[in-house]
Amino acid sequence: MKVHTYERAFMILGGVLLVLCMAALVYATVALGIHLPGRAGEIEPAKVFTTPPFDNPGVHQTGPNQYDVVIIGQAWRFHPSEIRVPVGAELNFIATTFDVIHGFHIEGTRVNMMLIPGQISRLTYRFREPGEYLIICHEYCGAGHHNMYGKIIVE
Amino acid sequence: MAEHIVASTPVVADPTPFTLPETQRRVLRWTLYVGYAALTAGIFHGLAQALSYAGIDILGYFPALRSYYQGLTAHGVANAIIFTFSFANAFLPLMVARALSRRLDDRLLWASFGTLVLGNLLVIYAVVTNKASVLYTSYAPLQAHWTYYVGLVFVVISTWLALLNMLLTWRGWKRENPGVRMPLLAHISIVSYVMWFLASLPIAVEFLFFLIPWSFGWVERTDPLLTRTLFWFTGHAIVYAWLLPAYVSWYALVPRQAGGKVISDSLTRLVFILFLLLSIPTGFHHQYTDPGIHEGFKFVHAILTFGVFFPSLITAFSVMASLEMGGRAHGGRGLLGWIPKLPWGDPSLSAQLLAMITFVFGGITGLINASFTMNQVIHNTTWVPGHFHMTVGSAVAMTFMGVAYWMVPYLTGRKLWGRKVALASNWIYTIGVLIFARGMASAGLEGMPRRTFLVQAPYMDPDWLVGRILTGVGGTLMFVGIALFFVVIVMTIWKGKAGEAPKDIPWSETLIEPAKNGWATRLDRIGFWVIVAIILIVIAYGPFFLSYLPPNYVSPGFRIY
Ligand code: HEM
Ligand SMILES: [Cu+2]
Ligand SMILES: [Cu+2]
Repeated sequence: MKVHTYERAFMILGGVLLVLCMAALVYATVALGIHLPGRAGEIEPAKVFTTPPFDNPGVHQTGPNQYDVVIIGQAWRFHPSEIRVPVGAELNFIATTFDVIHGFHIEGTRVNMMLIPGQISRLTYRFREPGEYLIICHEYCGAGHHNMYGKIIVE
Repeated sequence: MAEHIVASTPVVADPTPFTLPETQRRVLRWTLYVGYAALTAGIFHGLAQALSYAGIDILGYFPALRSYYQGLTAHGVANAIIFTFSFANAFLPLMVARALSRRLDDRLLWASFGTLVLGNLLVIYAVVTNKASVLYTSYAPLQAHWTYYVGLVFVVISTWLALLNMLLTWRGWKRENPGVRMPLLAHISIVSYVMWFLASLPIAVEFLFFLIPWSFGWVERTDPLLTRTLFWFTGHAIVYAWLLPAYVSWYALVPRQAGGKVISDSLTRLVFILFLLLSIPTGFHHQYTDPGIHEGFKFVHAILTFGVFFPSLITAFSVMASLEMGGRAHGGRGLLGWIPKLPWGDPSLSAQLLAMITFVFGGITGLINASFTMNQVIHNTTWVPGHFHMTVGSAVAMTFMGVAYWMVPYLTGRKLWGRKVALASNWIYTIGVLIFARGMASAGLEGMPRRTFLVQAPYMDPDWLVGRILTGVGGTLMFVGIALFFVVIVMTIWKGKAGEAPKDIPWSETLIEPAKNGWATRLDRIGFWVIVAIILIVIAYGPFFLSYLPPNYVSPGFRIY
């Protein structure tokens, strides 16, 4: 196949650029430890409120500077809807939904997960700055979706 | 580029004019009209959405509407599904027929149109009566009335029938032309819809085996994660099904409109084959933040997503080179002097040039979405609609509008009405969409959620303010742009001067002609490439399904809208 020299150069440059992007992703995952939610267990949605750890939603200390943050989404609120956590602590968010799909996003952070019926979502995060952050349900979940939000107070 | 002039080959088999019989042109015309009607219907609520983000509630002026989310469902379905596939159902078969100078099959043409209309009627019924306010992604366990799912299945069937029509036309041509290579325009048009056919199978499984029996009440529960995964199995490739007809126009028609030529026959075919291979095994990039899918699987899809960016990079160069040829042929000099010399006064070309410009930003924001680290910041924020109004919402939509400026005259035999209005529409829409996307994207980075009736939300972040204003201003301009487009099309059909329309499609010639031997000729073996595509799909999706199945039937339907 005949390809013009400039075009060939452009294709090689483009290819190199894409490979560099991928390398940056590998670096972020391996070296910076930025992880996505993965397979973290299954649960029966109807029994969420009686299945541990969701029978006791809220913040629970698990180590010296380590906490589990257990959350349930339900149309159209979060349980609990207001959370207090210490700044700098390792927070293990463990969340699921009782009914339809909800979103769980703490604005301005990478704490961003979907809550899907039957699945448990997990993510680890540390807040570096104290303050008040919005928790927003950012997946459409029915007529009251825009009323579904919460607050996380980092102190 | 110009030093490479070789003997030219047209991208069609027969350069002497060929036209389809009027009966067939009529069906194609009406298929097209369905699409443009859907586009226009969709933007009314588009405006309401943009204004809602800006803090202005105009939903009161839509008395028939029960909620914002009912309107958002209509916007997504009408603009992203009905508009795009109606256009492709008319455009691609026409391209194949013209490329091969051969008529289409009448019965299949009617069947494709009929299923499209039937599907539309069912979907309209479901959406208008608020029985399907589940948004176009149809995520279970929100449950719609069966007419919604069945209607969408009919729309998909109409695309399959359109493909079948193209394949039969090609087969007939092959029989009469043994040993002749298929013309470029036919190749890329057929590959576009072959890719879509393959891509549409998972959503067909989702609807036929899960959502439809569940909406009828034949089964009580469904699996939200599995159905969602099947949706995105189709759902990333669907964006390429929207984009590839636009690429067909950019590669094979736009060069002619600009006064240039297709740079390379083989490279163009290669690009479309790469899309056939790489469009589908990438769906997990829409599910980066989902639980229940192993991180490793997501990583594989991330890599392939960067791979599918590659043919678009080639496209950027090839199409630009064709345009440069055109600009220089019109007397442009210097490094960039060819750009103003392009025939910007042709509304069909200007719409598509502007579409390409917005697509640069669409592509860059797309790379950001594909990077899962960044994705965690922007997933489901307004950044995402900011991104895709610069891809499907303008690169694709404006190309389809630009094509209308020659195709409606060509199919009706009437001259385009209001060239200046059409030009104004192009520019207003482009400026609008860039302002809109800037607003949506920046507020999205600050966490402003998408799919949210923000004007009535009890929370608000002052950091979103500038983004919200830009969204409202840009969205209003976009609305004006498409409204003008609609006027131009209606007036052309109604008042356009009869007999002054283009007699042929604007097909181009190629600079580097089709290969006569060597591996490039194997790009025509579409069946073989389909098998390679299936192997890639099995590698990308097989491990997930093996580790996940059987389905986890946990959710009854919810109709809380
Ligand atoms: C007047 C022109 C338009 C305006 C003002 C507009 C505005 C908007 C806004 C503000 C949203 C976000 C709504 C939300 O997330 O709550 C949206 C969503 C969307 N738009 Fe548009 N849009 C326009 C045209 C188009 C076009 C031409 C297309 C495609 C061809 C398109 C496709 C979509 C899709 C697929 C969604 C996502 C729907 C969903 O989240 O379910 N829009 N639009
Ligand atoms: Cu919600
Ligand atoms: Cu995608």
